[in-house]
Amino acid sequence: MAAPAAAPTALRRTPLYELHRELGAKLIDFGGWEMPVQYAGILEEHRAVRERVGLFDVSHMGEFDVTGPDALACLQWLTPNDVGKLPDGRIHYSAFLTEKGTFVDDLLVYRKAADSYLLVVNAGNTPKDFAWASEHARGNVKIVDRSSDFALIAVQGPKAAALLSRVATPDPSDLPYYGFRDTAVCGAAALVSRTGYTGEDGFEIYCRPGDAARLFRTLLDEGRAEGAAPCGLGARDTLRLEAKMALYGNDIDDTVTALEADLGWIVKLGKGDFIGRDAIVAQKQAGVPRRLVGFEMVDRGIARHGYPAKTAAGPGLVTSGTHSPTLGKPIGLALLPAAATAVGTDFLVDIRGRDAAARVVATPFYKRS
Amino acid sequence: MNPEDLRYADSHEWVRVDGDVGTIGITDHAQKQLGEIVYLELPEVGHMYDAGDEFGTVESVKAVSELNTPVSGEVVAVNKGAVGEPGIINDDPFGDGWLIKLKLSTDVEIGKLMSAEAYAEYVLEEEQGK
Repeated sequence: MAAPAAAPTALRRTPLYELHRELGAKLIDFGGWEMPVQYAGILEEHRAVRERVGLFDVSHMGEFDVTGPDALACLQWLTPNDVGKLPDGRIHYSAFLTEKGTFVDDLLVYRKAADSYLLVVNAGNTPKDFAWASEHARGNVKIVDRSSDFALIAVQGPKAAALLSRVATPDPSDLPYYGFRDTAVCGAAALVSRTGYTGEDGFEIYCRPGDAARLFRTLLDEGRAEGAAPCGLGARDTLRLEAKMALYGNDIDDTVTALEADLGWIVKLGKGDFIGRDAIVAQKQAGVPRRLVGFEMVDRGIARHGYPAKTAAGPGLVTSGTHSPTLGKPIGLALLPAAATAVGTDFLVDIRGRDAAARVVATPFYKRS
Repeated sequence: MNPEDLRYADSHEWVRVDGDVGTIGITDHAQKQLGEIVYLELPEVGHMYDAGDEFGTVESVKAVSELNTPVSGEVVAVNKGAVGEPGIINDDPFGDGWLIKLKLSTDVEIGKLMSAEAYAEYVLEEEQGK
């Protein structure tokens, strides 16, 4: 067996680092952050979220404030989704796109008011995103990187609402999906949104870094009744993959367009001009050459990120792959030539030199009932 | 604890010798490092291996690891039970979670492997080196 690589030093830590150690987490380097990959085990944590409730530290995520009289117009230019349709207190999924229509990053836009927004971006992209947004911003608008002012705890699973109902005021359980508001959680000031990256019902709690450890601990204690478990990035990855949620750096990056990523629904061509629009329009007219699709293995084996795919229509690439704990079999996402993306199409994955058969399937792999 | 009657490789496999047959598995330390094992690929009976050769792969949710045989020989048995239920390697790495049995080509190689005590020290050093 090859020994796992030693963790480099000088990794960044969240306010929950000491608590993770106390809870027995296995810590890894994730985009320059020392984060828990698992506590009890990925399969058990995955199950906790699908059946009960799991707590995740996602404080490494980046947060930007976008404020000012031109904030709305600026975000309409910077992002492809239609911010004009977003009411106060609501959130939508969007992106920063390059001029080529590929991803600088994917992100969430929270509308607090017509002139005040919160953007939530991927941890490893935060400095790049901030520089990009600052450079491309237009009008009377102020963009501030608030990442170090927030810790972020995700509470995910069918019992998440029951747990938060007991400790949060006002009760977040009546928040709509992708809604948010200021909420006191265990007495601490926080912003709570009904969002997540697991395919389950759940919430994300943005709080002050100094309150995070007490909050996480109290939620874990209070959540005993619901069977709450601390969960790491390992389970977060299997959960998001079953829900077919893209992961920047795996499934999408600055070489993959929004259309290729099957995220055309976040690109609103009718709303006016935005960065990347011309390229998206051109690709729509010319035809999308490849698409991100879900697959299952026909032969034995797990196809993982970066493994080459061979289809009747040409080569492709596995972008994510794992053992699905819910389905009990290997699943994955692949960028395949458009002609090979119909559900039921068979193709081959080169698993470390061995050709293994795989089949395009309908996604998401898992949808909550 | 690492059983005293086994010999250990620095790639975290163990060998139990019974006459001219060596049983190979991965150590408790190795299974803990991997996490829950969800997939196991093993060779067919009859394969010949030299010491150090890859004879299969073991995969957890997160990672793939090569399995290397610390000794040379011909595969005479494969643990089909572990292929069907790879979690058994986590539950009982030194027992029911064994992987393959080899008819040993030589008895020289086994002497070069570590004792339980030496392996425990090796693991400690490896962890401190991180």
